[in-house]
Amino acid sequence: MAGLKFQGTVWTFGDNIDTDQINPGQYMDLPAEEASEHVFEAIAPEFSKEFKAGELIVAGNNFGCGSSRETAPDVLKYVGAAAIVAESFGRIFFRNAVAIGLPVLVCPGISAQTKGGDTLEVDIEAALVRNLTTNKEFKGERLHEMMLNSLRKGGIMKLLSEG
Amino acid sequence: MGQTIAEKIFSEKLSRPVRAGEYVIAPIDCAMLHEGFVRSWMQLMSAGVSTVWDPDKIVVLFDHYVPAPTERMASAHMMVRNVIQATGIKHYYGEREGICHQVMIEKGHALPGALVVGTDSHTCSYGALGAAGTGIGTTEMAYVLARGELWFRVPETVKFALRGKLPKIVASKDILLHIAGRFGVEIAQYKSAEFVGEAADAMSIEGRITMSNMAVEIGAKFGFFNTDDKTLEYLKGRAAVPSRKLAADADAAYASAYDVDVSDLEPQVACPHSVGNVKPVREAQGTPVNQALLGSCTNGRLEDLRVAAEILKGRSVNRFTRLYVYPASREVYIDAMKSGVIQTLSEAGAIICNPCCGPCFGGHAGLLAPGERCISSTNRNFKGRMGSADAEVYLASPATVAASALRGAITDPREV
Ligand code: SF4
Repeated sequence: MAGLKFQGTVWTFGDNIDTDQINPGQYMDLPAEEASEHVFEAIAPEFSKEFKAGELIVAGNNFGCGSSRETAPDVLKYVGAAAIVAESFGRIFFRNAVAIGLPVLVCPGISAQTKGGDTLEVDIEAALVRNLTTNKEFKGERLHEMMLNSLRKGGIMKLLSEG
Repeated sequence: MGQTIAEKIFSEKLSRPVRAGEYVIAPIDCAMLHEGFVRSWMQLMSAGVSTVWDPDKIVVLFDHYVPAPTERMASAHMMVRNVIQATGIKHYYGEREGICHQVMIEKGHALPGALVVGTDSHTCSYGALGAAGTGIGTTEMAYVLARGELWFRVPETVKFALRGKLPKIVASKDILLHIAGRFGVEIAQYKSAEFVGEAADAMSIEGRITMSNMAVEIGAKFGFFNTDDKTLEYLKGRAAVPSRKLAADADAAYASAYDVDVSDLEPQVACPHSVGNVKPVREAQGTPVNQALLGSCTNGRLEDLRVAAEILKGRSVNRFTRLYVYPASREVYIDAMKSGVIQTLSEAGAIICNPCCGPCFGGHAGLLAPGERCISSTNRNFKGRMGSADAEVYLASPATVAASALRGAITDPREV
């Protein structure tokens, strides 16, 4: 994860994707490997089979709104999502992602200009996104140093174990 | 310049004036964990930490999976009990007392001016009593258990001035649904909400809790009401320390402010699959429902059950509709029993369940089959929230839920 820079193919989602769509309550108490088989089940049933580790997610407004279940960012980290870029995030999802070391970036304007299958380059530290397919660049909102530090270390628990 | 409630609380915690937009590391007054404890504890163990920062400031209970529906959950509960004994965590209520947010409020853990975090998104309920309550995930909670502090962005505030007098049978739930429908589910994203004005002042503590509870449904981190004599009265005998009044300064700066006149408000319903998909009940009138759910941390208090009982008294729930009642806590259950509310509901055919989350989040008990429809007094109607992803959940006030259970179809409570 050198420098929190990622390049990969994009999966796109719309507005208000809530945590029940990411990780339905029925599967919430399952271990991540089983829960991940049901990720986005109701809205993108092919996702769990076809998503490859290292790929990226681009979404509209309010991605991850809803419950505080950390299993939502957890399953996305488990399936290997390199980063999630969205117009905006549900607050708790955003915090949880930072806490578990799943890179997230708020990037206004991104969703209208990105199609599923495009290749993106995401630089979390610089808060820059480049669509290599269309050669367009987008400026995101830079994360606070405290959050970047958690992402660099791979999550807030690493900060704890290092004292 | 003056301060909002959020700015006041963070300034107190930091012992220096802070402004919206600042990032701070703040000390936590109280941490609440339900079954989320299991994950937080496992995280802590893997980080090599086995003691907590302050056993007196941690509240643990079970509510999401009560009674334990699976062997896995029974084992999880058992593991938590063992840890509680080993760590000396003081406030442990087990599965006995009810839904976390109601219990936190009843037992005096949510106090004006306190910074409270919980492993549950509706921790913002405590704003009804002037506590800065907010939901966090289990990893951040693990950090809190170890360190007793957490980073926050001091939020900007959105003010909702509730003007006028609420018509009879229209409830605080209807106001919140109306706000979500009119302004959208992101209107307070990342922000603190303050509900003020004459309708807020006139509202009971129970009604305020309903609105603060759903503040997160419009994106908010906190959902405050000003604390007043009613708050102090409510907390008397519950809180270990004296409570106080708390309100924003008159010249505080707001990100935005909205006027909401409630005097002509009708009963509202949030249609599938978004809390923002709101219309007057009368426009959904007649839509058949297979299940009606009365209860939860949103609308499972005595006032809520009583409204439903008044509608259902001497009548019978539609034969093809099941009405589940989930009182928010044991205290509510007992009060509802003593006052005859439980009896009235049961005589009308309601199924009275134990105080717990029940089907509210789709975990277990009372789930919906594909194609089924439920009218519910809970706070979320997302796709798949209450069982099948092909089921539909409509959100409404307890009165609307009761009227709809009676007719077996969505019904404006003013008609029955
Ligand atoms: S009753 Fe529903 S909203 Fe309230 S804590 Fe339980 S699952 Fe969450």
